[in-house]
Amino acid sequence: MAEPFSLMIGMTPASEWLVVLPLVLALMGSAFLLVLRRAPGAPAIAAMLVVIGIIVCEIALIARILREGPVSMTMGGWQPPFGISFTADLLGAGFALAAAIVALIVLVYAEAERDPGEGARDGFHALVLLLLGGVTGSFLTGDLFNLYVWFEVMLIASFGLLVLGGKPLQLDAAVKYGFLNIMAASFFLLALGLLHGLLGTLNMADIIGLAPGANPAAMTAVAALLMLAFAIKGAAFPVNAWLPASYHAPSAAVSALLGGLLTKVGVFALLRTMIVLLPGSYGLLQPLLATAAIASLILGPLGAIAETNLRRAIGFMLIGGIGAVLAGIAMPTPEGIAGAGLYIFHAIFTLTGLYLVAGMIERRTGQTDTRQMGGLYAASTPMSILFFLLVLAVAGVPPLLGFWPKLLLLQAATAGIEGGVDPARLLLMLALLGNAVLTLIAGTRIWAHVFWRGGWEGAGSEHQNAPLVTVPRRSSLLTFGATGALVVLVVAAGLWPNPLLDAARIGVADMIDPQRYIAAVELAGEAP
Amino acid sequence: MNFFLAVLVGVFIGCGVYLLLSQSVIRMLLGLTVLGNGINLLIFTAGRLTREVAPIVPPGLDVPVGPIANPLPQALILTAIVISFAMFSFLLVLAFRAYQTLDADNTNTMRLAEPPGAPQPPLSY
Repeated sequence: MAEPFSLMIGMTPASEWLVVLPLVLALMGSAFLLVLRRAPGAPAIAAMLVVIGIIVCEIALIARILREGPVSMTMGGWQPPFGISFTADLLGAGFALAAAIVALIVLVYAEAERDPGEGARDGFHALVLLLLGGVTGSFLTGDLFNLYVWFEVMLIASFGLLVLGGKPLQLDAAVKYGFLNIMAASFFLLALGLLHGLLGTLNMADIIGLAPGANPAAMTAVAALLMLAFAIKGAAFPVNAWLPASYHAPSAAVSALLGGLLTKVGVFALLRTMIVLLPGSYGLLQPLLATAAIASLILGPLGAIAETNLRRAIGFMLIGGIGAVLAGIAMPTPEGIAGAGLYIFHAIFTLTGLYLVAGMIERRTGQTDTRQMGGLYAASTPMSILFFLLVLAVAGVPPLLGFWPKLLLLQAATAGIEGGVDPARLLLMLALLGNAVLTLIAGTRIWAHVFWRGGWEGAGSEHQNAPLVTVPRRSSLLTFGATGALVVLVVAAGLWPNPLLDAARIGVADMIDPQRYIAAVELAGEAP
Repeated sequence: MNFFLAVLVGVFIGCGVYLLLSQSVIRMLLGLTVLGNGINLLIFTAGRLTREVAPIVPPGLDVPVGPIANPLPQALILTAIVISFAMFSFLLVLAFRAYQTLDADNTNTMRLAEPPGAPQPPLSY
């Protein structure tokens, strides 16, 4: 062979660095903020600048992917599959961009929540950047072991964020969150060990080529383990217990960040492994996926209806949304995958927004329990509008962003219905519709309890207002500005969905036929 | 050799799962460690054990001479050990702090985040 050992010759061209630049910025920024932590006020500004830099890089990256198809870069002077690859396709880069935008909004929002005098040294901003780094890395990586590493980066950052402040409630939540998520990571690692033993590679592009030739029974076991691990990460129904136990414990900004980003990474990894990497075992696991999807879709919003804690209720709505993504993975037609992808995109924005508004409500009422809330409509009509719009978006009411992924999913469920009804798809369709109705009931009921009724539960008079906390003008401007910007994004993207739908179509085409993805990685021995 | 290692992996993972099913946080932590070690051993075994030479390429050559030990599982395990050690340390400190603050190391009595006897759902509307 002319070039037997797969060492790379020459330097990586500077333009290739674009793929990892968002990550480098996030990690370096995080380290830099640790240095800055004693300067009052500086970490917040620096963190926002870094995130803006990441957003600019990711827009450039997406422009390049639209021009040239998936982009890849490999580290360490070894050609793939030996070196660790970062491969950005349109879906991954799009989610990374959404994550960065959400992080920026949460950073602005957090300024209102945090006391400028104290707490400048607790490393909040550094941890947010570290979390963003982990999320971005998970979306952009092209190597399964590297994905594991980014998951752990995300995990340790979220641990830090979860216990910031050290209230007893947070410690309790962090114990549960910690144990169950480390279990998921262990299962993931277990699957990786077996996969490496079977295929001898962990590079995603390489796996696509090698997986069909491996022992199908063993591959199914690996796929099932990966499915379990990612389902725990994504809080799909039977393994979701950690989410409602932990997401309401930290401050609102933190739970918005966790709720918006972490579970989405889990389901995106599930989408990629089930559809692209190991489609061979899909047939056996599909009924399981469909069952988990239906259960999450129905039981999530039912939990939200029964819940009295505001942010816990939103956590249950989040689980319902995860069911919608699973439904898309369980119907691997182009529409189904596009629906799942678009739903992840929508949920990153909408769930973050809901948690942010919940934080505003909790600050204003001084309560976390919806039974003790009431009469907020008279005090703050804009807040009620923000909350109502987001509830409609989560349920998928037409002019908002949540409608389009659900439409795609319903199209996938009804496609080919003339040729005989497939019971699984029929059930998925019913569950999707049921989820919309139940989410709407749960959301509007919370809205009615918090905003519409005169006082807390059992209060006699209709015109009695609960005592409200006055919020300083600066922080109320910041919270309304940040959340309002997010809601404007959700509404605008719902009104002009064509660019998003086109992007989803291109991204899905690369998932169903991964030739361009593999070509971008330039595996050793194939490319010149 | 592989057979015995495979059995050992099974024993490790079994013990880890058993300990994780207990209610005491410290036992669960030990279970995580044992489970993690079992998984590391699994990666090592799955990477084909050989008693050959270290994977060093002689100077002037492009490929190593003869069969070599597979370096990749070792790299993977090293990474996994570092990560799981960091996680273990964090959880250990967290468990201690939770014990101090909540006065509980039994998961049955740690119910602040999900209080026992959940309230009735909101009844109006």
